[in-house]
Amino acid sequence: MASSTYISDLLRREPSKTFWGRLKGGDELSYPITLACTVSILLIVALIVAELWSHSQATVQKFGLGFLTSRTWDPNDGVFGALPFIYGTCVTSAVALLIAIPLGVAAAIFLAEMAPPKASNLLTFLIELLAAVPSVIYGLLGIFVLLPIIRDYLVPALRAAFGYVPLFSGPFYGVSLLSAGLVLSVMVVPFIISVSREVLLAVPTDQREAALALGATKWETTWDIVLPNASTGILGSVFLSLARALGETMAVTMVIGNTPKIAASLFSPGYSIAAVIANEFAEASGTLYISSLIFLGLVLFGLTIVINAIARILIIVTTRTAA
Amino acid sequence: MTQEISLRRRITNVVMLSLTGFCTVLVIGVLFFILGYLFVHGARSLNLAFFTQLPKPSGETGGGMANAIVGSGKVLLIAVLIGVPIGSLAGIFLAEYSNKTFAFTIRYVVDLLNGIPSIVIGIVAYSLVVLPMKHYSTLAGGVALGIMMIPIAVRTTEEFLLAVPNSLREGAMALGATKAKTIFTVVVPAAISGLISGMMLNLARVAGETAPLLFTALGNMFWSKGWLQPVATLPVMIYNYALAPAEDLHQQAWAAGFVLLALVLAINITARLIIARGPASSRR
Amino acid sequence: MATPQQPALKDITSAPASNAAVSRSRLCKLSAKNINFFYGSFQALYGISLDIEANKVTAFIGPSGCGKSTFLRTMNRMNEALRNTRVEGELLIDGENLLAMDVTYVRRRVGMVFQKSNPFPKTIFDNVAYGLRVNGVTKKSVIEEAVERSLTHAALWTEVKDKLQKPATALSGGQQQRLCIARALAVEPEVLLLDEPCSALDPIATLKIEELLFQIKDMTTIVIVTHNMQQAARLADRTGFFLLGKLIEIDDTRTIFQNPAKKETEDYVTGRFG
Ligand SMILES: Nc1ncnc2c1ncn2[C@@H]1O[C@H](COP(=O)(O)OP(=O)(O)OP(=O)(O)O)[C@@H](O)[C@H]1O
Ligand SMILES: [Mg+2]
Repeated sequence: MASSTYISDLLRREPSKTFWGRLKGGDELSYPITLACTVSILLIVALIVAELWSHSQATVQKFGLGFLTSRTWDPNDGVFGALPFIYGTCVTSAVALLIAIPLGVAAAIFLAEMAPPKASNLLTFLIELLAAVPSVIYGLLGIFVLLPIIRDYLVPALRAAFGYVPLFSGPFYGVSLLSAGLVLSVMVVPFIISVSREVLLAVPTDQREAALALGATKWETTWDIVLPNASTGILGSVFLSLARALGETMAVTMVIGNTPKIAASLFSPGYSIAAVIANEFAEASGTLYISSLIFLGLVLFGLTIVINAIARILIIVTTRTAA
Repeated sequence: MTQEISLRRRITNVVMLSLTGFCTVLVIGVLFFILGYLFVHGARSLNLAFFTQLPKPSGETGGGMANAIVGSGKVLLIAVLIGVPIGSLAGIFLAEYSNKTFAFTIRYVVDLLNGIPSIVIGIVAYSLVVLPMKHYSTLAGGVALGIMMIPIAVRTTEEFLLAVPNSLREGAMALGATKAKTIFTVVVPAAISGLISGMMLNLARVAGETAPLLFTALGNMFWSKGWLQPVATLPVMIYNYALAPAEDLHQQAWAAGFVLLALVLAINITARLIIARGPASSRR
Repeated sequence: MATPQQPALKDITSAPASNAAVSRSRLCKLSAKNINFFYGSFQALYGISLDIEANKVTAFIGPSGCGKSTFLRTMNRMNEALRNTRVEGELLIDGENLLAMDVTYVRRRVGMVFQKSNPFPKTIFDNVAYGLRVNGVTKKSVIEEAVERSLTHAALWTEVKDKLQKPATALSGGQQQRLCIARALAVEPEVLLLDEPCSALDPIATLKIEELLFQIKDMTTIVIVTHNMQQAARLADRTGFFLLGKLIEIDDTRTIFQNPAKKETEDYVTGRFG
């Protein structure tokens, strides 16, 4: 290969070991820059926590932990308590999960165990697209499509069946805890389906075959063998949806009624943590008011972190034991 | 006796299995009814003025959301400029340079960031950008969405780079490429279709975000000049108009919802098709 | 195959000092002295010492897991890319310490072809041009000329000259491996390391590669790891036998196959060993 002295000249020189020589190789730039970006993420998260913490100090000092258990939220009087929002957040999320879990898991079972793979993939693709729909659009549809249906069909039916229970009594104006819960359930169902289906598919086929070979029906196999194997992962998907439901803002704000009170009936309006921040933050005046809203943000942050962590651990555990 | 039990079992089998099928149909039916409603209703409310005109002052009918369309574009541009470089460079670090423990920690923190409710990110962007600058602005909205883009940018980059076979890295290094050149001339190009579609999905996700914009970008009935003024965005307009007490504004909200959803779904579908097709064509 | 008039290595090293330096640089391209290699706490190589002669084909044989690949990858420092590895001993290229050089410089001088072909997902042209571009060659004419020359040496030019802009991954397995050889040749390495380059190929593709290695051995020094003893016998001037991380012996190929000094070698080449 002596033919090309140009190449030889160029390539047979040892690169200079000076700083500039090494810089040309790119490593002296690429490593520190990518490292800096990575570290900056740590800083951003630290900054988020620090900002929330420092800006909520006024409330922490004034009300202490009593803030979390106080029922009164009266910005005009400067009295702030978080309980109505915590209540509303929990109730709407609970309603959402109660509806979404059975539906979602059943659909996941169908998609993982029954549907032919091609159809299953297509349907899952469509369902995952639904998870991409912006929440403000779910809110819009909630107001104009779901609310009339709930008012005209669901509420009368519930009244007729369970009207004696406080949960389903009292006047209904449309916006309510029930409506928010229903909209949320529509939003989290795609999550439950797609994660649960993954988990079900991760259950080894030989387990199914063993049960079927012993004469179990398809349903028995699914119910007794496959589901228990996947239960931890499905629980993970539930927690993931819960975290999403708790932090969901727009759709809830648009249909919950935005009233800071604690009512036993699902028909009455309520308020959620995310909704009160969305509604009042821009107009809030006075340190205590703002700091109370930010403290609510901190509470929400803490809640979702804990629940997300649980979800991830559960999902990791199942996919690992299944594999 | 055994005959009857097996009959009962067979009936349970059929009933329960049909029930799961019914639930699937129900879920998909409800969801598509809702979306179909949006598409029909939205398309009906849509007209040329929506894309070309400013919103009309309250009381007057007509007008459009030209400023919000441009505003969303500007906010998203800033978000991409913040979220994609930080996120994907960090993803490169995790996939190519980091040791296991550090990568594990970072992944944990990134998941944590991903789990933070968007409204909380809005608060933080408010106190980091709006408070010091004393202005609601395009910039503040972009910062909020940019932070939200980081986690997915990190995870998709890391995932797609780790999927590049090590033999390609060795091949490049055996030719005298430095590690950096290996990464940027072989590994990243080998993963590029995945990376691009990952970023598209990421963009589609924040394009519909409303909560973090409420008190960062705020809103604006007029054109927003530059990057430091309050700015109208499509999602916030949908929110405001949906709650406004006027039928005409509801029509506008439907139209905006239609446009936003069409955009988000189009990006999603394109990106997923690229991902589905990518590895097959490049790896034979 | 081995040329009898060629002086044995021992003669060179025992020659007068002044002479030795000259003949050494001509005859001994790479030289390893007492190489130990560790994957974490696992020692994969034990005290390997050998000389690789210039412009000869050297083959390494031995049972699976005996450290052939590890030693090969030590010679162009590919193992450094793995975490938690350590090498001890001395490696010289043309009498210079290879372990102290800039690693990209080492790899330019000591090229490598892997067991599984690993073309980049780029065009055929860009694959061959990669090594030049990444090392700072920018002149288009030079690159084009080098691409053609390397593909010709790799016996691939006639097959691909009309589809240089097609993706390399669309080639057949044998063509891909020849492309990888061309890619390695483009930077004009002084030594070319090949780790079982034919193990995934059919006999015809294997034959093509053997032929091309034969063609290029006067341009570059070749070290090849192979499981195929006939291949070693056909190709190699010298053959080294590895066992359990140790170099049992290295000698002229004919000697190794017909009259090895060590019992273990004889057992292996006559098939009495695993
Ligand atoms: N990346 C690694 N980490 C830890 N140990 C390794 C690694 N690569 C190889 N080893 C170990 O080092 C020893 C030598 O491996 P090497 O790949 O060099 O063998 P080989 O002779 O090339 O085998 P084969 O003929 O199967 O390719 C083996 O015991 C192997 O298990
Ligand atoms: Mg090997």
